[in-house]
Amino acid sequence: MAQSREEVVETMKDVLASELGVEADKVTADARFKEDLDADSLDLVEVVLALEEKFGIEISDDQIAGVKTVGEAADLVISKQTAVG
Amino acid sequence: MQRVVVTGLGAVTPVGVGVKAYWDAITAGQSGVGPLTLVDPEPVPSKVAAECLEFDPAASLGPKEAKRLDRSTQFALTAAREAWDDSAIEDGVDKDETGVVFATGIGGISSLLASDAVMRTKGPNRVSPFTVPQLMPNAAAGQIAMKFGLRGPNFCTTTACAASNHAIGLAFQAIRHGEATAMIAGGSESAFVQVALIAFAQMTALATKFNETPWEASRPFDSLRNGFVMGEGAGALILEEREHALARGAPVHAELVGFGQSADAFHVTAPSEDGSGAALAMRRALRSADLAPEAVGYVNAHGTSTPAGDVSETKAIRLAFGDHADNLAVSSTKSMIGHLFGAAGAVEGIATILALRDGILPPTINQTDPDPACDLDYVPNQARKAEVDAAMSNGFGFGGHNAVVVFRRHQA
Repeated sequence: MAQSREEVVETMKDVLASELGVEADKVTADARFKEDLDADSLDLVEVVLALEEKFGIEISDDQIAGVKTVGEAADLVISKQTAVG
Repeated sequence: MQRVVVTGLGAVTPVGVGVKAYWDAITAGQSGVGPLTLVDPEPVPSKVAAECLEFDPAASLGPKEAKRLDRSTQFALTAAREAWDDSAIEDGVDKDETGVVFATGIGGISSLLASDAVMRTKGPNRVSPFTVPQLMPNAAAGQIAMKFGLRGPNFCTTTACAASNHAIGLAFQAIRHGEATAMIAGGSESAFVQVALIAFAQMTALATKFNETPWEASRPFDSLRNGFVMGEGAGALILEEREHALARGAPVHAELVGFGQSADAFHVTAPSEDGSGAALAMRRALRSADLAPEAVGYVNAHGTSTPAGDVSETKAIRLAFGDHADNLAVSSTKSMIGHLFGAAGAVEGIATILALRDGILPPTINQTDPDPACDLDYVPNQARKAEVDAAMSNGFGFGGHNAVVVFRRHQA
């Protein structure tokens, strides 16, 4: 069953807090990876690996390239879950 | 040529985090050797190790930075931070004229093998993008420069167990020749992976006879020694042009006065039997320091506790110092902290500096039954008070590399 955007963001909080070493409270849908979560390009690759593992999906480099915020990443996760489902 | 002084010290060692913990322990003759815990000891014949069990990477560096770095680089940054703060140099130096030479013997081998395991079990798409920046041997030198914003000379030495003496020596030369005002020099190591321990054991290089009493396993110059004890940690020194240090009122621990290097050109792992290769490096270090052998009162030996190495070094000291060898105090810090490979010269250099500064010579512990072939004064078992004017620290590495540094008590 597909999760809502809010549910996906909620699930991502712990993953991103652990991967990026930030407070879970800072991981909101509007949070920008680079500016708000201090994530560089290598961090983003780690984030993708962690999301793939957490949600059982595959994300290509092209697909992540345009993602700037946590909410956009959640949308990508949902689109992948839908595609799989 | 510029004179060079040591204005900051930092250490992570098997006897504790920080220079004070290190110096307190080794002058008390305490051993940091215990049972091997960082890897499954079952298939390893040597079940003893000198591990930095008190080190907490997240507390030292923050969780994010800790996660991104190999354990050896975590040690390096922690030691460099302590040295930097000790020297109070942050606002007192042009950072474009300040550089780094940092050593490792083996680099980020545990990070490489962890990624290899991920690749084999979870697939290539799960391999961390931090694998390469973790495994590369120059990681610490680069990370230290980024941490403090240092844009001077930056370099990594990888001459096995001579590596951090090379780092100190090359940083010394950079300041001496006016290429830099200050340098962070040192080395770090953590190679606790099963294959490394087994590979050293296959060479019969490791201590295997003291698995039940680990604190007795590292016993340089003793007749019962049968190999070295693997250790881990880091040491960092702030080297600074003397007039610059004095002008800003910096604390001066000692003066770095000489550096000598050579090769055995003999065998990839065995030391030259007569010690002549190492003796060349010692003589060159004295020449670089413009000191007669008689000026030196203390030698911090490479002293690994291997049967061949300790005899060869004893002969080398006799060759380099002649009759004065019988007046020298010689001790091996490795008797207490094991062998830190690429970090050995840095932490042993710190012991040498503090011996000069505080007038205390750290002992060689476990020397209960001296080997007749090792016939010098090794400061057995107990530290000794002695006012020494100049002291030497030896570092020799697989490959036949020899690197020797000489320090002097600083006179303002």
